[in-house]
Amino acid sequence: MNNTLVISKRELGAYFATPVAYVFIVIFLLLMGVFAFYLGGFYERNQADLDAFFQWHPWLYLFLIPALSMRLWAEERKTGTIELLMTLPVSLTEAVLGKFLAAWCFTAVALMLTFPIWITVNYLGDPDNGVIVAAYLGSLIMAGAFLAIGSCISALTKNQVIAFVVSVVVCFCFVLSGFPMVLDFFSGWVPPMMLDAISDFSFLTHFAAIRKGVIDVRSLIYFLSLIALWLYATTVAIDARKAS
Amino acid sequence: MHAIEVRQLTKRFGPLTAVNGVSFTVDRGEVLGFLGPNGAGKSTTMKLITGFLEPSGGYAKVYGHDVVEEPIEAKRKLGYLPEGAPLYGEMTPRGFLEFIAEVRGFKGSEAQRRIAQVVEKVHLEGVMGQRIETLSKGYKRRVGLAQALLHDPEALILDEPTDGLDPNQKHEVRTLIHDMARDKAIIISTHILEEVDTVCTRAMIIGRGRVLFSGTPAELAARSEYHNAVSLVVRSGTAAAAKRRIEALAGVVRVEAGAVADGHVRILAMPRNGVSILADIAEAARAGGWEIDGLAVEAGRLDEVFRTITAHYQDDTFIPEGRERPRADRAAP
Repeated sequence: MNNTLVISKRELGAYFATPVAYVFIVIFLLLMGVFAFYLGGFYERNQADLDAFFQWHPWLYLFLIPALSMRLWAEERKTGTIELLMTLPVSLTEAVLGKFLAAWCFTAVALMLTFPIWITVNYLGDPDNGVIVAAYLGSLIMAGAFLAIGSCISALTKNQVIAFVVSVVVCFCFVLSGFPMVLDFFSGWVPPMMLDAISDFSFLTHFAAIRKGVIDVRSLIYFLSLIALWLYATTVAIDARKAS
Repeated sequence: MHAIEVRQLTKRFGPLTAVNGVSFTVDRGEVLGFLGPNGAGKSTTMKLITGFLEPSGGYAKVYGHDVVEEPIEAKRKLGYLPEGAPLYGEMTPRGFLEFIAEVRGFKGSEAQRRIAQVVEKVHLEGVMGQRIETLSKGYKRRVGLAQALLHDPEALILDEPTDGLDPNQKHEVRTLIHDMARDKAIIISTHILEEVDTVCTRAMIIGRGRVLFSGTPAELAARSEYHNAVSLVVRSGTAAAAKRRIEALAGVVRVEAGAVADGHVRILAMPRNGVSILADIAEAARAGGWEIDGLAVEAGRLDEVFRTITAHYQDDTFIPEGRERPRADRAAP
């Protein structure tokens, strides 16, 4: 556990040692604002809630999180530092977890910096702050799922561009798995039960309830088990590909 | 118990066998030098011992800990400088060494004490606050060394520790290795044969994943056809007679005479099967009254032995790297 934290700390430091962190945070906040105010119609809705803000999170994460996760392992493999890391007295699980937690903490920082919109809505009206807290937490957990997927795909390649593109595509499938463009691809050749399962995988459906303040335990379990599964897949991927 | 024990170690990458049944042991106080052409399996063997790769067969143990069964225990005992000394470029040497210290389980003043110690050892004082990616190759290599030495490991594996360093830095690193050798088991890999002579207690030549030779540097040199060869410098007037006389000696298989320079000629007499011919030649010189300006016995030429031993294992692209040569020279076919 201690090793996980040490690796997390180093990794988090690395974000802020380069412009990556600052560029990411600025773009993240800018896009969050643009989406909430222009596309979400934050003012026009005339409601004291942040639904106009939260509803775009899956779409923003779809592009922003792979940009964050692409370097997690691809960079270590490219520069060879993976050999350094894996020959220290650290287990693979600790390393995978440490790097993932760093990226997750960083996302949390970026998300927390959207607080002005929370202040704004409290200034303008009288929102249900419990709902907003729940939606923030739900959004963060969903971000974790995006990151875990990105972590695994980053472990499969040395090339960060490939890691980014493939992560976006895989995340896109998860975001939209309840929708025709994904379901049509599967319908006809997978059993109906499987099709139902796939349609239940949709990030949008699971997040829809959470952003309204309904913390559905099933959705939480869904996102958390997705994180666990993809992180496990990351360890398998590193084990299999670290030599090449 | 051996410090490092390797038995029938094998690593296959698909159809390619990179390491093929390699066995050896290293004890405390020994410095084992891995020699071999590029792609011979030196680095792969090191990656197997340090637990970065898993073997396809055989095992490697570090102070009794199998690197596959007990990786954490084995890695605690090991210090490792990977090939090319990969480092986190965005960190400073201080930040990086603090990270390594923490991972190695050192905290607070103990960590600081160890960092100070190792920084002094490899002379990093001036660059501790600079980003690693901005450092010169020599400094990067030293940061890599510092990382490997921080926990004062009982076993040390250094993949080309002097590669890319200038002659002074090379000398420093060799001295460092030599000083540490007493209470550690060390394996280094190198292309530089004189390094084997100066720092290694034992040399191992690897080719196509197999051990082709294992012995002391002296034994390696003894394999040279130049072993016990005698070179003498005589006045050019007596050179022809001297050459004829030496050729007639029973123990001499061949005599080479160089060109005349400053009125002197260098004559090199090659012994038959490495027998000692110095006494015979000295005797002949006295009897013949040659004017000799220099006389020396050769220990053997490592680069020549290296080429002979690995000759069968070379592929078309392999360029033998004997003694250090400038880069441009190496690139020539």
